[in-house]
Amino acid sequence: MPKLLLTFLRRVGTSLIVLFGVSILIFGIARIMPGDPARIALGPNATQQQVEALREARHLNDPIHEQYFYFVRELLHGDLGVSLYTKRPVTTDVAQFLPSSLELVFASGLLMVVLGIPLGLLTARYQGRWPDHAGRLMSVIAVCTPAFVWGVILQLLFAYFVPIFPIEGQLSSAMKPPPTVTGFLTVDSILAGNMPTLANALYHLVLPALALALAAIGQTARLTRSSMIEIYRKPYVEMSRAYGFSERKIATRYAFRPALIPTLTVLGLDFAALLANAFLVERVFGWPGLSRYGVEVILRKDLDAIVGTVLIIAALFLICNLIVDLLVSIINPRIRLAEKRAGS
Amino acid sequence: MAEESVLTISDLSLTFGKGRAASQVLNSISLHVKRGEKVALVGESGSGKSVTARLAMGLLQSNKTTISGHIDVAGLDATQGGAAIAAARGRRVTMIFQDPTSALNPVFRVGRIFREVQRTGDESLTPAEMDRRSAEALKAVSIPDPARCLQSYPFQLSGGMNQRVLIAMALINDPSLLIADEPGTALDVTVQAQTLALMHDLTQRKGTAVLFISHNLGVVREFADRVYVIYRGRIVEHATTAQLFSDPRHPYTRALLQAVPKIVKTGLPELPETSPSFLDPLIVHPGCGEPGTVPA
Repeated sequence: MPKLLLTFLRRVGTSLIVLFGVSILIFGIARIMPGDPARIALGPNATQQQVEALREARHLNDPIHEQYFYFVRELLHGDLGVSLYTKRPVTTDVAQFLPSSLELVFASGLLMVVLGIPLGLLTARYQGRWPDHAGRLMSVIAVCTPAFVWGVILQLLFAYFVPIFPIEGQLSSAMKPPPTVTGFLTVDSILAGNMPTLANALYHLVLPALALALAAIGQTARLTRSSMIEIYRKPYVEMSRAYGFSERKIATRYAFRPALIPTLTVLGLDFAALLANAFLVERVFGWPGLSRYGVEVILRKDLDAIVGTVLIIAALFLICNLIVDLLVSIINPRIRLAEKRAGS
Repeated sequence: MAEESVLTISDLSLTFGKGRAASQVLNSISLHVKRGEKVALVGESGSGKSVTARLAMGLLQSNKTTISGHIDVAGLDATQGGAAIAAARGRRVTMIFQDPTSALNPVFRVGRIFREVQRTGDESLTPAEMDRRSAEALKAVSIPDPARCLQSYPFQLSGGMNQRVLIAMALINDPSLLIADEPGTALDVTVQAQTLALMHDLTQRKGTAVLFISHNLGVVREFADRVYVIYRGRIVEHATTAQLFSDPRHPYTRALLQAVPKIVKTGLPELPETSPSFLDPLIVHPGCGEPGTVPA
């Protein structure tokens, strides 16, 4: 296994280089944007001296490469700077808001996989018949409608006309949140052994997660379908039939495994994209997540907070890709064996 | 007579599509394979050989096909496909394909595919028993290191090895009929000859009947007891192998035989690609009639 580990470390290395590039880019872009962050932070009533003092304190008058140097020096100490908007360290803000976002994204990702893949398998299996047509129509509608529109539609249908689910928020106001351990409401509820809170948190999670997931479910179903149909034409599937493998086994294993290889790569990107799409869904559902925080700080030109948020999201993207690559090399023996050879 | 046949196709016609887009692929063909017999179905590309094989396996029947006539495989009615023939696949009737490497799933180890094949035959076998039987089957097709072969992925093995693996898989559940659809055409000639000889010996020993589909008359001559010649979805001549090669009677058969390259002569004779005489009625040689019909 050390060879696989070596490949993994190599991928981590390249990911770090990418992250370094992203940091330069976003650092530059944040400073090129028009507007004076010190002025915005202090408000219209502040004097010029106050603004100047803040600019000096935040090194905003120094050349950009020196500013970047300060930034990297702080980053190496695990410090992402201080937000001018919340007046708190960016790391504290991220630690507070990120778990809510991840909770939403994980729930959506789960829906994407457990609903999207079976729908794809079903439509591929009954290609050209009515389950296929119905499934494809649903997929197209799901893909074509933006997540925030789904959010509003779901709110209207299931929280307003038929009030089954809460219209917004993360927890009912009557509920006391569990003590913060991980920041994930569901996980913390389980850790606290508080089942009513867990049920309440999951109950609040349903609509936003579904709104965020619908497009991804449609996309996954379409991807799985086309990949399966391609594999169904392969001689080895005909061989499976000729040797008496059941259609069910072919659909769920013998055609599914090879079909999953191309699907998984795109699935990883789709999953990471959920984080970006969460911006609008979090707004619609009043979800206190990182995406909402990101929008606030961008509008306020809160330099440290912008760079911090973007870096965290970029890092999550890279981690996602890394995991997907590992999974692909596990299910695709050709890659796994090629890596072994390359490593030796 | 009917019990003796493992495959009986009578008066089978097949049409793809419907209405004006319909195209008739098989035109009232009849053939049979007796228990333990080796029968070849010979014809050029597009003559309907592979289609016949897939119909017999119940693999082609769908809402796009119109079928009339009758197919009986090992006592089962396979005419319209369906569950009965599906349950018999892999146990009573199996198939070998043109390109062995693409017929094996690339993301599973050979041993794993072997287990699945055996599971369709006998659910009660334990994995260890199955692996032991797989290794034995591989030894029977002269694979030197069966344990290692079972641990390999198909793309790690040569084409010839994969062909041996497929032969071993096809015969592991002791089917009564093996349909070989141009086996090993994708392999080079020497490897093809080796694996065919192997298949022949093994089916001979196990008493498996073979429907051998080929366009290669040299191969047919070596391995078949009886030959059907098919042209444009019709059977045009039916004879024992000896009769056919010593006394080809149908104009199409003669043309087919002449098209075999010979070492002594230079070049191929000028042959018409098609000729009205190729559509002459079926010629049945003495002693070769279909079961249940009066011999010609």
